[in-house]
Amino acid sequence: MRKYLTRRAVYAVVTLLGVSLSIFVILRILPGDPLVAILGVEGHARMTPADRVRIMADLGLSDPLPVQYARWLGDIGAGRLGKSFFRGDTVAALIAHRGPISAEIAVLALVVSWLVGLPVGILSAFKPNSLPDGVARAMSVLFIAIPGFWLGMLIVLALLFWVGYKAPILIVHVWEDPWQNLQIVIGPAIVLGLAQGAYIARMSRSCLLEVIGEDFVRTARAKGLREGLVVMRHALPNALLPVITISGVLLGFVLGGSVAVEQAFGVPGLGRALVTAVIERDIIVVQNLVLLYAVIFVVVNVLVDLSYAWLDPRIRYS
Amino acid sequence: MAIRVADHHLPTPETPTLAARSGVGAVLAELLRFSRRNTLAAIGGLVGVMIICVALAAPLLAPRDPLKADFRRMNKPPDAQNLLGTDQVGRDTLSRVIYGARTSLFVAFSAVILGTTVGSLWGVACGYLRGRFDLVSQRVMEILQSFPDLILAMAISMAIGTGLPAVIFAIAITRIPFGGRVIRSVALSVREMPYVEAGRASGASALRVMTFHVLPQCLAPYLVLATTHLGVAIVIEAALGFLGVGVPPPTPTWGNMLADSITALVPPWWLAFFPGLAITVTVLAFNLLGDGIRDTLDPRLSPAFLRMMAGGRRR
Repeated sequence: MRKYLTRRAVYAVVTLLGVSLSIFVILRILPGDPLVAILGVEGHARMTPADRVRIMADLGLSDPLPVQYARWLGDIGAGRLGKSFFRGDTVAALIAHRGPISAEIAVLALVVSWLVGLPVGILSAFKPNSLPDGVARAMSVLFIAIPGFWLGMLIVLALLFWVGYKAPILIVHVWEDPWQNLQIVIGPAIVLGLAQGAYIARMSRSCLLEVIGEDFVRTARAKGLREGLVVMRHALPNALLPVITISGVLLGFVLGGSVAVEQAFGVPGLGRALVTAVIERDIIVVQNLVLLYAVIFVVVNVLVDLSYAWLDPRIRYS
Repeated sequence: MAIRVADHHLPTPETPTLAARSGVGAVLAELLRFSRRNTLAAIGGLVGVMIICVALAAPLLAPRDPLKADFRRMNKPPDAQNLLGTDQVGRDTLSRVIYGARTSLFVAFSAVILGTTVGSLWGVACGYLRGRFDLVSQRVMEILQSFPDLILAMAISMAIGTGLPAVIFAIAITRIPFGGRVIRSVALSVREMPYVEAGRASGASALRVMTFHVLPQCLAPYLVLATTHLGVAIVIEAALGFLGVGVPPPTPTWGNMLADSITALVPPWWLAFFPGLAITVTVLAFNLLGDGIRDTLDPRLSPAFLRMMAGGRRR
């Protein structure tokens, strides 16, 4: 187990180095002069060549690329994430201020997806090809197809038109005012959670059906257990493993999807900050935020792998 | 109901005639059989074909010019003159939704074909050659999969500039690892088959074996992959447009239209509703078709498919 742990950790670190390198390569092949992107064509034209050289040097953009890359990694190691070209905020402050909102949304979405997806999947598997199963499957197909940001827009519009309600637009952290905070995060969390719940329902249904066909389930039935107990105590724990794995993958959908869903709800989270930075071509912010999203995704998937090893005694990683 | 069940066990009468027929007849017979077994998938396919037709015939179908502003008719709700209403500068929503199908489908098809093809060829090479090349490639694909799709697409399209080719390229890159992973596992099992060994033994080069012996076996999973990823590509394209980093306006795309609708102070519901409905119907159609094709062409893939997405690295 320890050997497996170390190997998994080493792989994760290698992957993350690769991730950081690819972010760097992608963002440094930006066509055009970063100064034009920052100052606009007119502002760029007004400056003297000496000014341009000085600013490039100030921003550290005139060094050779390998040096820039090494310095970026070093800065991250030292906890310096640089700052925005336009706003003067440091990236660290941005993450500290907006990160909690996005994290709450992601975690709540995961909770919603399990709360909705698992019961629906179990109900479906209890009576496959029955009417409730058909309805559940149709709903999951539908919710997989509906883009979350559109559903979000519709919810916002409906609330606005019929109830005249609008969620707070300023950041309120959960430790400041839990009620206000909940109003901000609940919409995106439900929208994202429903889409992931559809995948979970689908997955848990097919896994349960697979497990229910196995010998030990027949044994459990043969010794006279009630059907409910057979499913809940014997079949379900064995069917849950793939569902846990898929949750790790779904987190990727949640992280990516939350960027658009936050925009739809007007939630001032990290995703909004990333979109703004991409539109303004704020390279330093973009490269650090994209890295942050990738790091979270990789780390969560490592944790999922480990929980897999921990939950399934049959798997002995060597 | 009983009759239909019994039907399945009868030797299907189509099968012998199928071999005899050729060309259009055979294709039609095959399609008929497919739709009898997968009604939902057939409906999805039909709707998909209809949407493709709408996209192709956009200039004939659209009642108005999708780019022409009409300042006397701004923000009008649906009425007889503009069936789906107009936007902030008086452009006809119906015409823009119809033209939007063009952009959406063009981007999605190009991106999926490009990404899945590159990924699949790469996967064949990985699965067949194995060794160090495979090891390094697997790490690269793992790196590509470490980014949430939408975020990777955003970063790439930002780097190479927003425009139609940039968006296609950005979405294509996010599709590569899926093709790579799935096709690699197919190639891994195909390379052990006797006929491939025979090819190798008779002195064929690795390239020749891969092209003529391994690649044809990957066609079915390739088709499955391509159709199942169409829906995802359409959603990513729409999301990019919605976030303002996709195909730049004034090109009508469903995502751009949704973006337009939320910038308004009082968002007009028709502008928010219809483009999104178009996205949902299209994605639904292609997803249903993809599921059906998967069940027909490669039943082995279906339960394992999501798990393979979860991690080819496991076990």
